[in-house]
Amino acid sequence: MSLTLHTEGDTIIVVTRRFAAPPKALFRAHTEPELIQRWLLGPDGWTMPVCICEARPHGKFRYEWVNGKGAGFHVTGEFLELEPYRRIVHVERMHLPDPTPENHVETTFDPDGDGTAMTVRMNLPDTATRARMLATGMARGMEASYLRLEARDDFDMLGER
Amino acid sequence: MDVMQQLDGVFAALSDPTRRSILARLAKGEATVMELAEPFEMTQPAISRHLKVLETAGLILRRAEGTKRPCRLAGDGVDAIEQWLAMLHKALARNYDRLDAVLADVKPAKKRSKQ
Repeated sequence: MSLTLHTEGDTIIVVTRRFAAPPKALFRAHTEPELIQRWLLGPDGWTMPVCICEARPHGKFRYEWVNGKGAGFHVTGEFLELEPYRRIVHVERMHLPDPTPENHVETTFDPDGDGTAMTVRMNLPDTATRARMLATGMARGMEASYLRLEARDDFDMLGER
Repeated sequence: MDVMQQLDGVFAALSDPTRRSILARLAKGEATVMELAEPFEMTQPAISRHLKVLETAGLILRRAEGTKRPCRLAGDGVDAIEQWLAMLHKALARNYDRLDAVLADVKPAKKRSKQ
């Protein structure tokens, strides 16, 4: 199904996507570690060996990704609001390895026929953060091939720095 | 220029808070060295050195206008945002395609078993 992504003003990105499953299944897939680890992975070859997710208001989460070749990074965050099964508000920061500015994210799951219309509103990172994400080659599933570095040895080395 | 070298230059340029402030100011529009120096307790030559770093990194462009050389953000910077968004779109699409498969597994565990 198709995903839409647009910016609002200078600072907000809005992502929408429809799913065939009901809101409860979406909510679970965003809050239960054994489900999160199966899809929030980014480019092929990356896995999430550490997934800690305290799905309650003020609960913390920590996701760690590795590519099996020595490169990796992690995200930490806190849940601000959890409204089963329709809304999640959290803050997160990437560690590349220095922490990026905090990203505020609101995720909503609205019933849509038999399925769910999901909307994600998040901050647009600043220029410096975007550059660091590009250099890491992966952040929230960044596509390494954008830089056409996949075939290069120095790409993986960069991630290890 | 090699992509890695280019990124190194960009990181070096962005590592300084004064240069980041200059970029934030230029995001609002073109400005002269004098205008850019105003908010800082710095001499114009000091600001000019920062501008040189930003220019070399490809983050700003300067044009001649009499003795002034007004600065503006490089078009590449704007393109970079669009390319970054396109990359984000692709990455999220891949994750959510994976999520479709995960959800297909989640549903049978619930009351509704209808696909």
